[in-house]
Amino acid sequence: MSRFGFTITKARFIDYESNDRRISEYISEMEPSFLRCIECGCCSATCTAAGFTKFSLRELNILIKRGENKEINKTIRKCMLCGKCTLVCPRGVNTRNVITLAKEAYQKAENHAV
Amino acid sequence: MNKEGKKKIWSDYQKEIADDHFFYVRSCIRQSFFPGSEQFFLNLMRNVLKKDVYENPAHTTCTGIGYHSDIVPSATIMTVIARHFALMKEAGYKNIAISCVTSFGLYTEILETWKHFPSELAKTREYLYKATGREFDIPENLAHTSDIIYKFRDEIAARAKVLLVNKETGEPLNIVEHIGCHYAKMFPKSGIGGAEFPHVLSGMIDAWGGKVIDYPERRHCCGFGFRQYLVQANRGYSVANTAKKFSSMKPFKPDLVLTNCPGCSMFMDRWQYTIKEMEGLTYGVNGESVPVLTYEELAGLVLGFNPWDLGIQYHMVQSEPLLRKLGIEFDPGDKFKTKDGHQMPLPQNLINV
Amino acid sequence: MSKNVIVIGGGAAGIEAAGQLAMAGYPVIIIEKGQEIGGHLLDWYHLFPDRRNSVEVVSYLNDIAENRNISILKNRQTEKIERNKGNFHLRTSAGDEIEAGAIVVATGFDLFRSEKKEEYGYGIYDNVITSADLEKMFRAGDILLKNGKAPSKIGLVHCVGSRDEKSGNLYCSKLCCVTAVKQAIELREKLPSSKVFCFYMDMRMGGAHYEELYLEAQEKHAVSFIRGKVSEVGVAHNGSLVIKAEDTLAGRPIRIELDMLVLMAGMEMSEGGRKISSDLHLSTGSNRFFSSIDNHYGSNLSNENGVFYAGTCTAPMSIPETISHARAAATEVIRYMKNTGK
Repeated sequence: MSRFGFTITKARFIDYESNDRRISEYISEMEPSFLRCIECGCCSATCTAAGFTKFSLRELNILIKRGENKEINKTIRKCMLCGKCTLVCPRGVNTRNVITLAKEAYQKAENHAV
Repeated sequence: MNKEGKKKIWSDYQKEIADDHFFYVRSCIRQSFFPGSEQFFLNLMRNVLKKDVYENPAHTTCTGIGYHSDIVPSATIMTVIARHFALMKEAGYKNIAISCVTSFGLYTEILETWKHFPSELAKTREYLYKATGREFDIPENLAHTSDIIYKFRDEIAARAKVLLVNKETGEPLNIVEHIGCHYAKMFPKSGIGGAEFPHVLSGMIDAWGGKVIDYPERRHCCGFGFRQYLVQANRGYSVANTAKKFSSMKPFKPDLVLTNCPGCSMFMDRWQYTIKEMEGLTYGVNGESVPVLTYEELAGLVLGFNPWDLGIQYHMVQSEPLLRKLGIEFDPGDKFKTKDGHQMPLPQNLINV
Repeated sequence: MSKNVIVIGGGAAGIEAAGQLAMAGYPVIIIEKGQEIGGHLLDWYHLFPDRRNSVEVVSYLNDIAENRNISILKNRQTEKIERNKGNFHLRTSAGDEIEAGAIVVATGFDLFRSEKKEEYGYGIYDNVITSADLEKMFRAGDILLKNGKAPSKIGLVHCVGSRDEKSGNLYCSKLCCVTAVKQAIELREKLPSSKVFCFYMDMRMGGAHYEELYLEAQEKHAVSFIRGKVSEVGVAHNGSLVIKAEDTLAGRPIRIELDMLVLMAGMEMSEGGRKISSDLHLSTGSNRFFSSIDNHYGSNLSNENGVFYAGTCTAPMSIPETISHARAAATEVIRYMKNTGK
């Protein structure tokens, strides 16, 4: 930085080839309704937590599927498991179980158990 | 890869290129960054191909850099370009040959604008007349100088002293062609071969014996992009684009990058130095960097001209590894001497030496 | 006045309309440009949404063609059509001269020529194929790359030549989405260890049982659906196709390497239809398909008396829709013939 006054900008690509999708696979296996999501956003729209923080279950869903795991572990704690999203989901995704499994998977991943 | 499919596309994008009597307009930056290229174009056209090429010292910048950085308004740039057309008319020429891709893109865009908005053309005529008393005609033929070299590529091949082949292995060299964005991306019909699979440079490489590399980031910008570059803190975007292209082409083991745009030649050359300094990365074989040449420089090498007369030593990435592969003899001692044999100061930090 | 009816085109629409007209007692002459009747069905493997073998539908059409009073002139195109005092006089490319009281235009559709989407490299890059090419592979029994190996990562691109101003087609071809879902499932069944990705803009699952098929693809076959249109295709040094798109739902660009890319080619007005449209002065819409005089209750009626439309020459249609439309065309022809005393 001191020498050139700038740095090499990091690429914004989702690097599908090197991302780790084991958490997504774990959730899909335990709760196959996870795969039904069409990203319609009903869950985020009705979510209480989303009213005050940048929390979107819809976005979380897709990021987990792409293996973009960074930050998700922190974000996911914003969910209060109230279940409003389960009520409105047009695809019948068991959203609460998805969140629970995601937390479980992160914990296992930290312990290298997934 | 099926070359027939590409040929089909190339046949959809052919354009008329004049055969003789060109009014030549230079680029702002080429004369300082690769000073041999435009000089060699004139030499090639006049003395080798025996064509009539005229240039007028009253020709100025097209103001493209100013235009693309929001300093020069469109009415102004149209009037400046109209003045060039007036100089051409006064000299009795109808075919314009443009050295710079940015200028070429602007000339193309302005002609297209005038076609769709004749009132803009009328206004431009009025501005030019009021300011200079000049009048102009729309050129009959508009070509980038890489189009012209493309047109005469077979004549050049017929006189070739050097083919684009590795002299030791007998294999064709791996050559990356990079086309300036403003050459055909705005108007695919204005480029030979269109915008997706341009043939203007790959046609030269084919004709002169090299092998064209088709790598995934082939279409990507060189990293110039005026606005990114002009602000120092933003240069990270510029260099990142260059890095992205080079890391995509690296597995193909490129021997050479051939470009047709002043900005591309400069940035693909200079940023290789920067990336090497910052991160220690190089993109050629054996830890070398990849020489980036203009089509005039490459045509000159193929025709057997002295590499130092072509000015290839004025790039950051030096071409000695390429010259060795091509079997071209050169005298390292002459590299930075003036025409009358005086030693010039030696540049520092050149790479590939 | 001739009692004959000419049907131009021997695909599903033409044969069905001809069968109905023959049953009503009209002598019918079908003009078919190919060697066999059946049109695009001849190249298809399984049909959506129930994945029935297309051979069964072709044999239904063949039954009609063989067992009713229909004469079929194959390997011929129409060369000239003239009106002569309420009758039509048609000359074929083989020199046949036919008189008829009415004409049913059943010229169908052509598949969008995918090489026109230059950024996808169809016809240039190995292993970029179309949905029609994939059906042929299914029929032949093996899904193979150019190098003879089975693909393990396959992408399907929706909307190739549809909903695309650059391709000149603003309309939705309507059936490509369900075709992609069907093909994705069949790929997963045939190559169980493969991963399949659908790049879509919107999933248009409007037909009966289409949505259920989509659900099956998601849940049972774990097909990945990426909402974003592929912007460009390149080839990496190892031969993989490098795909770029925006994963709109993640809000970021995505880069992915695949072994095979299947382009869901849309449907366009056929070349044969275009010729007939100029010969008979039939009006066409901005989508270049024939436009009927009434979209709601006259979709078989052209702007010329005695000329009727059947099937996909008016718009993209599924097989069941085509069959229904062809039957409706026959009803309109019969009414016209009766009213004009033929």
